[in-house]
This record gives sequence, structure tokens and C-alpha cells, in this order.
Amino acid sequence: MGKEGGCGQNKTMVKQEQELANRPDNTAFTQQRLPAWQPMLSAGIVIPGFVIIGLAFIGIGVALFITSKNIQVMEMDYTGFEPDSDCFKCSNPEEKNCVCQLDFNISSRFEGPVFFYYGLSNYFQNYRRYGVSKDDAQLSGDLDNFKSPSDTCSPYDTDGIKPIVPCGSIANSMFNDTFLLYREVNGTNELVPLDGKGIAWWTDYNVKYRNPNVTPLKEAFEGTVKPLFWPRPAYELDTSDPNNNGFINQDFLVWMRRAALPDFRKLYRRIAQGDYARGLPAGNYSLKIAYNYPVLSFQGRKKVVFSNVSWMGGRNDFLGIAYLVIGSMCVFMSIVMLIVYAKFKFPEED
Amino acid sequence: MEDEPNRGEVLETTRGAMARDTEDRAAGTHKAERRQRGRSKKKPKETRTVRVHTGHEHNPNRHYANNRIKTTKYTVLSFLPKNLFEQFHRFANVYFVFIALLNFVPVVNAFQPELALAPVVFILSVTAIKDLWEDYRRHRSDTEINHMDCLVYSRAERRYVERFWKEVQVGDFIRLRCNEILPADVLLLSSSDPDRLCHLETATLDGETNLKQRQVVRSFFDLDCEFDPLKFNGIIECEKPNNDLNRFRGYILHRSGSRDALYKDNLLLRGCTVRNTEEAVGIVIYAGHETKAMLNNNGPRYKRSKLERQMNVHVFWCVVILLLMCLFAAIGHGLWVFQYGDKRPVFDVLSPEGAELSPVVAAVYLFLTLIIVFQVLIPISLFVSIEIVKVCQVFFIHQDQDLYDEDSDSRLQCRALNITEDLGQTQYVFSDKTGTLTENKMVFRRCTVAGVEYSHDEVDSEEEEVPPPGGSLRRDSSSSQQSSRVVLRSLSTKTHRRTGSRADAKRASILSKHTAFSSPMVSMVLVLVLVLCLLCPVSSVQCPVSSLPSDLADIMDFFMALTVCNTVVVSSPNQPRQKSKSPVKTIEDFIKRFTPSRLTSGSSSSSSSSLATSRSSNRGCSGLLSSPSAESTLAKLQEEQAALGSAPPRYDGTPRSPEDGELRYEAESPDEAALVYAARAYKCSLVGRLPDQVTVELPHLGKLSFELLHTLGFDSTRKRMSVVVRHPLTDQITVYTKGADSVIMDLIKPPDTGRKLSHELVLRTQNYLNLYAADGLRTLCIAKKVLSKEQYACWLQRHLEAETAIQGREELLFDSALRLETNLQLLGATGIEDRLQDGVPETIASLRQAGLQIWVLTGDKQETAVNVAYACKLLDPEEEILTLNADSHEACALLLEETAKAFLPNFAPFEVYPPSSSSPHSAAFTVHRLGLVIDGRTLAYALDQSLEDRFLAVARSCRSVLCCRSTPLQKSTVVKLVRNKLKVMTLAIGDGANDVSMIQVADVGVGISGQEGMQAVMASDFALPRFRYLQKLLLVHGHWSYSRLANMILFFFYKNAMFVALVFWYQFYCGFSGSAMIDQWYLIFFNLMFSAFPQLVTGTLDKDVSAETLQQLPQLYMSGQNSEEYKPYMFWMNMIDAFYQSLVCFFIPYFAYADSDVDVFTWGTPITTLALLTILVHLGIETRTWVRTHVSLFFTVSLCYNASCPSCFSPSNPYWSMQRLLQDPLFYLLCVLTPVAALLPRYVQLGPVPLPLDLWLCPVPLPLDL
Repeated sequence: MGKEGGCGQNKTMVKQEQELANRPDNTAFTQQRLPAWQPMLSAGIVIPGFVIIGLAFIGIGVALFITSKNIQVMEMDYTGFEPDSDCFKCSNPEEKNCVCQLDFNISSRFEGPVFFYYGLSNYFQNYRRYGVSKDDAQLSGDLDNFKSPSDTCSPYDTDGIKPIVPCGSIANSMFNDTFLLYREVNGTNELVPLDGKGIAWWTDYNVKYRNPNVTPLKEAFEGTVKPLFWPRPAYELDTSDPNNNGFINQDFLVWMRRAALPDFRKLYRRIAQGDYARGLPAGNYSLKIAYNYPVLSFQGRKKVVFSNVSWMGGRNDFLGIAYLVIGSMCVFMSIVMLIVYAKFKFPEED
Repeated sequence: MEDEPNRGEVLETTRGAMARDTEDRAAGTHKAERRQRGRSKKKPKETRTVRVHTGHEHNPNRHYANNRIKTTKYTVLSFLPKNLFEQFHRFANVYFVFIALLNFVPVVNAFQPELALAPVVFILSVTAIKDLWEDYRRHRSDTEINHMDCLVYSRAERRYVERFWKEVQVGDFIRLRCNEILPADVLLLSSSDPDRLCHLETATLDGETNLKQRQVVRSFFDLDCEFDPLKFNGIIECEKPNNDLNRFRGYILHRSGSRDALYKDNLLLRGCTVRNTEEAVGIVIYAGHETKAMLNNNGPRYKRSKLERQMNVHVFWCVVILLLMCLFAAIGHGLWVFQYGDKRPVFDVLSPEGAELSPVVAAVYLFLTLIIVFQVLIPISLFVSIEIVKVCQVFFIHQDQDLYDEDSDSRLQCRALNITEDLGQTQYVFSDKTGTLTENKMVFRRCTVAGVEYSHDEVDSEEEEVPPPGGSLRRDSSSSQQSSRVVLRSLSTKTHRRTGSRADAKRASILSKHTAFSSPMVSMVLVLVLVLCLLCPVSSVQCPVSSLPSDLADIMDFFMALTVCNTVVVSSPNQPRQKSKSPVKTIEDFIKRFTPSRLTSGSSSSSSSSLATSRSSNRGCSGLLSSPSAESTLAKLQEEQAALGSAPPRYDGTPRSPEDGELRYEAESPDEAALVYAARAYKCSLVGRLPDQVTVELPHLGKLSFELLHTLGFDSTRKRMSVVVRHPLTDQITVYTKGADSVIMDLIKPPDTGRKLSHELVLRTQNYLNLYAADGLRTLCIAKKVLSKEQYACWLQRHLEAETAIQGREELLFDSALRLETNLQLLGATGIEDRLQDGVPETIASLRQAGLQIWVLTGDKQETAVNVAYACKLLDPEEEILTLNADSHEACALLLEETAKAFLPNFAPFEVYPPSSSSPHSAAFTVHRLGLVIDGRTLAYALDQSLEDRFLAVARSCRSVLCCRSTPLQKSTVVKLVRNKLKVMTLAIGDGANDVSMIQVADVGVGISGQEGMQAVMASDFALPRFRYLQKLLLVHGHWSYSRLANMILFFFYKNAMFVALVFWYQFYCGFSGSAMIDQWYLIFFNLMFSAFPQLVTGTLDKDVSAETLQQLPQLYMSGQNSEEYKPYMFWMNMIDAFYQSLVCFFIPYFAYADSDVDVFTWGTPITTLALLTILVHLGIETRTWVRTHVSLFFTVSLCYNASCPSCFSPSNPYWSMQRLLQDPLFYLLCVLTPVAALLPRYVQLGPVPLPLDLWLCPVPLPLDL
């Protein structure tokens, strides 16, 4: 409003003083009189401000901490590093098609929905040259890039003669351990249904990654080879569900989304069906692991994680603690400031 | 007819003198001239030969530039390469291009190579578009100018035809009409003016608005018929083109073999406008780019500001930090690769050839990659941003209404675009006095003639200052009570102070013992002198003027000198060519008119004086004196003389022709004009000035024409000027000299040979001069000398030799002038007041409060200068004044030594000036309450290398320094000395040509667009209409510009460091592989788009303190002087802060997402967001004034950034991550927590401990308007 008023005033002034051609315009803008707010950071504002911020943070921190504490998390390493572990036998890279078993007990009900993750440690999916080693065009179903993959995939673009599809290091190094979860019910092992749908991002599944528009899918891969480390070609990733093959295989999509940090977990399945919709009941469980993925060569670790989530995501005590710490610091600061302020202020008044 | 050749010679010498006249004034151009001379010496041919352009195919002058001008830098083809070449002169641009190109190396590439080019291309194209636009505008104006019309003689058609300017060639004949602009530098060959003159307005060249006269070349002078180009057959030899406007030399070689010298006064310069001349014809000598106007046209100046120099150091440090970070990461990467040994993990990618990289090679590659990844640390947009901000600052300074002067309708001009912030860091101000502190409107205040002092009432001066078009003369005569009066005083009468009110002055004049007699009385005295002089020949056949009562003769001579001894041009709006049509030619004539019945024409004293009018036409006799009968006049005269002492007699004044009142004097210096106006007020008015004749009108007598033989112009070395005239009545050759008292007094004839009173006269006059100076008046001495015919002939011969010399003409002419100006007879002295400009004492006081040291360097004499210094509060009566006047080097050394010992106990000759780091308080203590006054001669010794340190030590501990009688060179030497030795920021302010060198030397040059032309303005960085505007310019705009830029630069460093550090921390978690969790688009455009714009707004609009406060508390300015807003430690503090904040912004998300299924960009995007938020909130804290636009702008930018990221920036990975994030409460929690944590130290710093600024702010109510 102030500015508009200034402009109007200006017009009338110009009319009056037309003969003075060089007179600068008298607008709030040109005269640098734009309405402005000059916050005075006086003690009277800063100290109460700090107290309010501090208290608010402490409140949020407590809420976050409680929420986080209520989240159940169960982590189990199955690298087979220790000789007494069942998977020890599989940790030898020479061993092929090795299956090991991991037994565990849940003492009280694990509230659902339960998320089933696999985790890798010391695995640098964020390595720069690893990260660029893929062909986005190929992965979006461009058949031209089937024949000649992008240079970025090098050296995993061809096997020397035929192009590799999907090319690149990321695809090549896809995690290929598989898990089956059994619950001991009345002495027999009952398979716990694992939901592998919708574990990848919706946009990845529907937009970013596309299979070529060829049926059957196998024909599209004519003249290409599977990545070196893969046991099966891409169009046979999921034998049980034909719609979960090729580039839109959910496990593939999850893998292709590179982890930010060298210790990461990735969603494997959700446990949300049938009897287990409300979670995992207490009892004994055993996890059958098809151990295919070697990690010991680079001091890596593999683990499985069962976790449920809250509104703020997975269990993470840090954020709550951080809020509490920062909040307390604010309150503490305000007290210090008050003392300093008192010392500064009152002698002057005397 | 027999004296025809003689006259020609005389004319030539006159012209030569006039040519010399202004040559020495252009102090600033001396250097250029010397350079030009030096250059031309190297070339085989030193002159240019111009032949007539005959119109045939082979133009003899074709190898000279034609008149087409092209000021554009580029052509369509050359634009790209040339512009790029120019831009790559800036080191930063080369660096960025290098980095972008590095991306194309496959093993190194970090980003998409095309993408990496984007910022560089953006920056380069912004600059290129700006250049292109400027060039296009130049091109348009060029075309316009090239297509202007002018009349060129066509030999084929035998007439003048219309041509475009661009078609004009050297050797063409051009016909110029009134009010036409000259298309090229033209040698004037013919003019319709009967006096063969051509009047020019040169305002576009030098800004001087007075008309200049140019003369037809001598051999074409007497052409009766119209000039016929076909008959011209000479060859013109002249100088090579040079940029000195006041210099032109050459000659015409006629076919007959005779040579004709050419002078500056024959040359019409391109760009000037022909005025008051119906038609003129000339031949083109220099065309197009070789014209003097074009050679003088050197675009805007480029200076590098102090802040920018400081900044460059820190840019260098940024490079060092960058390299260290890269080196660290490269070593880390080498170790990381090494730890895996031969067993490469699945995630390690082999090189394209399938070979494994050795750790060392991998490290080297990574080093290069990281230089690209971390390139943001070097702020690519900083340079562009600084330029944008400075342009905005210049805009605002330019727009400020407080810097607008209504009287002259002029506002401040910023001529240098890139040193606005230097205004906020100035420590020393060097000021000229005349015209800068004072109005430079000279008012004739007092005079002393023959040892008797006359005071000039102030009432009159008001009228005199602005002569109304109707003429002050008539008013004077009709209302004599209030008109000019001269107070005759005895020696003992105490002079009344100038400081007294007008009424006081009037009373004083009335109460003075001797009765005031009004100006008509003086004119009566003049008349009386003349009458007596005339009566002499009647009573006794031989009657030299000296036999007259000496007082009266002196008064007459005095006023004659005032009227004649100058270079004032007379003009009137209605009558362009003002001249005396029928002046009194001879004494006989005069007698005939004056006393037709009583005086007989028995005298034959003058025979040759008739030549003065030989050329004047007989058109009209308007100048004829239409006085009442002379007899009655004479009777009245005597009556009035008898009544001297009683009440001022009534005086009706003689009826005069109406146009007389409209006479206007256009003088090159205001002093001259003041003297001529003053003389006119006493009825001794200059009515016409021609190159060879000066016409003076006297009451009752009409017009007298003096034959002007020579004018020896003013120069700063001689400090005087002289005219040699032939007195029309006595036919004596008289030299009138006026000049600085110090030089004139030395030239006065020794008493033994003169009259016996002479010595006493000199003493008395000196006494008065001292009184004048004490009153702050500018003094001039007037002297004369009568030459015998033999003496004159002797001098003339050598003078002519000097004038015709080609080599060293200046020196010879100088010597010639010295020979003439000796043994003078003192007539009197004048005191001219130059009033202080409004607000000068206040401005000086407030500038001084602001911690600025003010030195005044003036050419005036010491007493005058000291007095003005007191008046403008530069010197304080309470402080002690050190006056340094020494006659020799040794004396000066001794004086300085003693002064130093006496006043500066802690004196150390080579002590370094307390550098800018010291606090304002400690700096204030080093300055004593002393004023230093030093005169020019002593200054010359003090500026000697052996003494300069000592002099500076003394001078800088004084509160104020006043250098009097200093030459332009000394002024610039002082400024240079202070700037270089004390390492301080200097500002020089001045208005005249003598200040040009000082203005150019100082860090900031300020010109006052005042009375003395435009030379100072042309040389300056800022041009002000008045001195008092300096206060707001420095205290407000300087402070703002500095603090805004300083903060902006620091902020740029901070934000880039902070952003890059985020990526650096990530290297610890990605095997030092150079990968970034921040998308490459964000990384590259962060600097350019997301964070730069709010920063620009802040840099342009932020106000740390309001304008009112800054002006009320000038102490605030010291923060800029001490560079408090931008100190080296601040850079490092900001860097540390940046690293701290980036740690917070990195590790809070790190722990928050630790051990989760977060992917690279889902994790990196929050970090980017957090960093941006932190940076913006930080900016918010730093910003003192929150203009509402800021707040909205933050949101706009943030939202744009958020909204645009999935769709437009992401053919690559982070598709939809922002959208996912916005659904995640964790993201918001982070957004709240992180900035608070990151900025906690800043908050605390701003807490209850009051900032120094806040203390100052407290007492002033602040406008809170939201």
C-alpha cells in the first residue's frame, strides 16, 4: 500500500515540476524508502524467543523419542562370518546354491504391518563410477539401447560380442539372496506369506522403468546376454509372476535405487497378509536363506531386518534426542543470556 | 595603405598570443600532449599534409581517415570471437571454462559435460548480451551521426551540395551555417562576419558555455568577395591528429611560396556549434576518428575498488581451500582403493578398458574430478552479482533527490560504475577551495587605488552577481541611493568585516569619516581625468598623461586596466556581434564631440590610431553619444565635484542606447567577469572585444577603442596576464598587467626610478592586500607600464620571432612575456569575495566527525586560504596552527624537525600509519588538535623525497591541513604521496582544470559541476552539483554501498563453502569417489539460481542503518574506513561458520536416516533443502532491514525450486523424490531442527550483548513500518 501511495504522489509532483527535467523521481523505490521491518534483536525479544523455541523443541523431542521407542526392530546378521553360524558354510565363494537357515524367537507379538528388509554393510552403492553405470534409456524400454548400450555402462556394456541387457554395474551386482520365512506352528513349519508387491516406488514401477512393448518379453531380449553375475536373464527374474519380470521386477527396482550410505538396508518384502496382517505372533521362526551373494571379499556384512513403522518412519532415536538436546540448549542459552543481560543492564541503570 | 603589412604582422602576433593564452590552462592535458609528442617523434613524418580534394578519383588525402565514425567494438562476424576474447581477460572466466572443458575428459567427468558448461555459458552470455546491447546502441547513434547533412563543395557542380557527414573527406570545403554542428575539424577560411570571425559554442567539448571566437586564416582575411574554393591552391601542413583541444599548429604553403602560420584559433572543432555567424567556409583537416573530439573520447574509466582487491585475495584462498580438499579426498580415495588390494568388490567399476586402476592413478583422476565437483566453492556468479549490485547502487545514488540541485537542475552523476563502495571507505578528503568550498561566484568587494582604499557596498554586489537582462546599469543610474557606492576611506579607517550583515556594512559606509560618493562620482572622476587630459593639449602642446594629478590618472588607469586587461567576450542575446560602430577615433574626434564649441582641433597628437577603425563598416551610428550638451555636463561635473563630501548628489545618468544594458560578459574565469562587471558598475564598461581592438564606453564620452596589440594570457607559472594596447587618446603603448600580488609586487619598478611616493604606495597597497586576504578575499594586483616606441619595437621583434618559431614556441613566448612584464607601475589592487557554498561548514564538521581527514589544497594565497578555512570550520580558532613557510630545503627540513619535536613527542620518522585494523578510538588519539598551513614553496621542499616522510608524519597528526599557493602538479603529488605512503583511501574533490590531475590520482575523484567548465567533471568518478552533497554521498550512500557489498561478498563465500562442504563430508561415506548426494543440477545451479537472487536483492536494498541515523551520527562511517564489515578474519570466521553449519546440515540427516533404506537422492535432497533453508535464514539474520519483498522472495524461490525439481531438472535420478519427501513428516522435522541447530551460534552472537551499532541506534527512533 505504501508503495502505491508513493507512486500516486509522485505523479502529481512531476506535474508540478515539469520544468525541472533532471529531478529524480520521488518514489519510495528510488529514494530507498520502501516499507521495511527492522527487527531489533534486543534481549527482550531474543531471550523469550529462545525459551519458546527451546520448550517447543523439547516437546517435539519427547514425542519423537516415545514414538521411536515404540517401534519394534529385529536385526539378524547372516553373513556367516562366525564359524558357529549356520551360514558359515555358505560364506565360501566356491560354494554354489548354498542354503542356510536362521532360527529366531519372537517373545511377544511383533506389531504389523511388518517390513522385511535385507541389509548390507560396507557396500558402496554410492560409489561414483558405480552410480553412473547404467543406461536409463535402456531401462525405460528403448530397444535401440538394447542393441547398443550407452557408454556409461562400460565395461559391463557387452560381453565382447553381444550387448548386456540390463547393462551396467548396478544391474550386474544385483542382490540375489532369497529368503523364505517359516513359523513353527505346532511343531510344523508354516510358510509365512511375504508380499513382494509395491515395495518399489510407484513412479519407478510405472514411469521411470518400462519393459519394451514386445510380447512375449523374451523376444525383446533376442540377441542380448544377461548380466555376467546373474543366474537367470531379466525376463525370468520371477518365475511365479510373469508381470514381475524384466525391468519392472520389484526386487530389481529396489536394487536400482542406490543407497545413500555404505551401510544400508533395502525392503525385501512386507508381511501383511492373512494371519499375519496384524503382525508376527510370538513364537519360533526360521528363515531359509538361499545364500548367493558374496560380501566377505570386501569385508561386507549381510543382515535381515524385521521392523514396523510409525508416522515418522522407521525406528530412529536420534531425531528425538537431537530435538531434546537442541531444545535444552536453547533454554540453557536463554538462562545464560538472562544472566549476562542482567549484569549488563542493571549496573547501567544505577 | 603603406602600413598594411605592418598591421598584418601585428595581427598575427596578436593571434599568437591568444593561441598561447589558453594553451597553458589545460593542465590535465599536458601529459597527453607530451606523450603525443613523444610518439610522433618516432614516426618518420611528423606532419600531415592536406591538399585540396579536387573531386577527381585520386583524392590526395585518401590515406587519411574519412568522416565516417564507428564507435562500435564489434561487427556481426567479429562479435563472438572478440567478445569471448575480451571476457577471457578475466581470470575467473578462464578458470570456469577450464573446469567445464575438464568435464569432457572421459576419465574425469563428474557431471554431464553439456550440463557442466551451462553456468559458464550462462555467465558468458549474460555479459555478452550486455555488451551486445551497448554496442548496438552505439551503432545506432553512429548511424544517426553519420547520416547528418552538411554542405560540401562539389567541384563538378561548382556549388555546395548536401552530403552526409560520413561522405566528408579531408580536403573537402564545407560551408557552415548558423547553429550548425561541425562535422569535422575544419580550418576556417572564410566567414560572413565582417571581422572574419566565427563564433563557436564548445559546450559539448569542454562544457564551457561562453562563446569562443575563431578567426579566418590570415591570408584569407581581406577577401572581399565570397570565398571561391576553386581558387584555393595552398597546401596545408599541420600536426598529426592529437587529442589536445587547445593546440593546433601548422602553415599553409601558397603556390606563390609564401607561408601562413595556422593557430588553434583557426581551427573549428568537430562537435561544436556555429553561433552568431551566418555563414563560414572551411577546409576539412581532420575527419572522423582523427578529429580532436573523437580522440578525446575515451569511454568510462575502470577502477578496481579496495573491496574488490581484498576479495580477490580471498578468491585465491578459496582456490587454496579447494585444492586442499581435493588433495585430501584424492589421498583418501587412493587409500580406499588400496585397501581392497587385488580383490575388487562388486561395486568397484573397472575402467572402460577393463583394466583395474592402480590406487595412485585412481587418486590422480579423482583429484581432477573433485576439482569439478567442488567448483562451486569458487563463486562463479559472484563477479556477475557484484556488477549487477553495483549498477543498482549507482542507479539509487543517481536517483537520490537529496543530491539534486534545483538551481542548476543537475543531479549527481556517477561516471565510474564500479567504485561505489570506495565511497564508504574513504579516509582522506582532498579538496580544492575555489569553486568547491566556495561558490566561485566572484563578487567585487574592495579595491585600493594608489594607496587609497575603496569599499564596494554589498547591496550592489547582489545585483552584480546576476546581472538582470534589463541591465543593472540603468537601475544604478535611476536609483542611486541604493546603487553601488565607493567608500573613500583614510588609511586609519578600520575595515569592516565581511562577516557583518548587509545593514552593518551600509551603516559603516555611511558612518565612515569620509563621505561615500556614489558610483557616478567615480565615473565623474574618470571623466574628469579625461577632460583634464584633453584640456592639456589645449593649454600646453606637450602634455603627457603623467602630468595629471596622479590620483586621478591612477583611478582612470585602474579602471581601464580592469576593463581592458582580460579575455572577456562581450555578447548580448539580441545583438550577436556587439561592437562599437563608431568609437571615438581620435582625440580630435573626441574633442569635437565633447566640447564642440570650446575646443578646437589644434592637436595632431595622433595619426596612426585611425587604423583601428579602418575595417569597421559604417552601418549605423547607434553608438553615437547622445548626451546633453557637453557644456552643461561639464558644468554639472564641476558642480558635483564641489559638492563632494555632502550628501550623494542626484545623478540622472546619460541616456544610452537600449542594447547596452543587455551586454553580457563571458569570461573564462569568474574573477575576470567580476572585475569587468565591477568596472561597468562604475560606468567604465567594456562594450566590445575584437582580436585587435577593445572598446570601452565611458559616460559622457561614448566609446573609446583601444588597439589591442598583444594579449599575454594567464598561466599558472607566471600567475598573471597582460595586454598591450595603444591608448586611443594619448597613443601611448601601454601594458596593463593583472595578477597574483606575490608576483606583481616583485615586478614593480624599484622606487628610486619611479615616483618618490612609489615605495610608500607599494607598502600601503601591500598593507591593504593583507587586510583583504585576512577577510578571505581573493586579491589581484593591477599594474601598468608605458612603453616607448623604441622599447616596444625592440620587444616586438623578439616576440615575433618567438611566435613564428615552430620548435619550443611555448618556451619562447613565455620568455617573451617575462621580458615585457618588468618594471611595472603599481596601480592598485582588488579584493574579490568568493562566498562559501551553503552548508560547507556543516559538511566539513560532519565529515570530520566521520573520521575523515580533510586537506584543502588551494592555489590562493595563504592569508585568504586561512581565512576561508576558518570560515568553513576547517580550522578552529581553539586549535593551534602550525605554519610552515620556508625559503630553502634546509630551512624546511629544520622546520619540520622542530615541529615534529615540539608537537609530536612520540615522533618516529618512519612510523607506519596505524593500519586500518586499529579501532576508531585509537586512531582518533593519534590526531592532535593542530592545523597545518603550508605554502606552495615550502610544499615543494617538503615533497622532496628526503623530506616527504617527515612531512607526512607531521601532516597526518594534524587535524586539518591547508596547502596554499599550490600548483596542480603539487596537488596531485600530495594526493599520490598520501595515498601511497599512508596506504589510505583518498578522495579528491575539485571543480576546475587545475584539479584534474588530483582527481585522477585519487582513489575516488569527485568533480563539482560548477562554474569552471567540465574538465574536472570529465575526469571524475562522481560529479556533484554542490559540495555539501558530499556528506550524503559519503556518509549514506558510501556506507550503504560498502556495507551491502561487503556483506554480500562475505555471504557468497560463506554459502558456497557451506554447500561444497556438504559434498566434502559425503566423500567420507562414498569411498572418496567424488560422488555427490546432491543432484548435479542442484550442484551446478545452486549458486546461479537458488541462492544468488535473494542475495542480490539484499545486496541492493539492505540498510543496516537508516539514512537519517547515518547522517546524524557520522561516527558510523568509521566502520567503513576501518573496513570493519570486511576483514580478513571475517572471511575465515565465515568459512569456519560455513563448515560448522555444513556439518550440522550433513550429520543431522545422516543420523536421522542412518541404517535405513534411504536412497542417494532421497537423502541428498533434504540435505540440499536444509542447506538452502539454513542459508536463507542466515541471510535473514544478517539482513538488517527486512523489506517485505525479501520475505516473499524467499518463499517464491524456495517454492520454485521445489516445484521445478522433479519435472524439469530430472531426466536423471531424483525423479519424484521431492514429492515423496514432502509427504514425509521426517522431512519437516529436519527442516525445523537443522537450521536452528546450525544457526545457534549466530543467534547467540546476536543476543543480549549489544552490538556497537545497536548502541548507536538506541537514541534514534527508527521508522517501523510494516
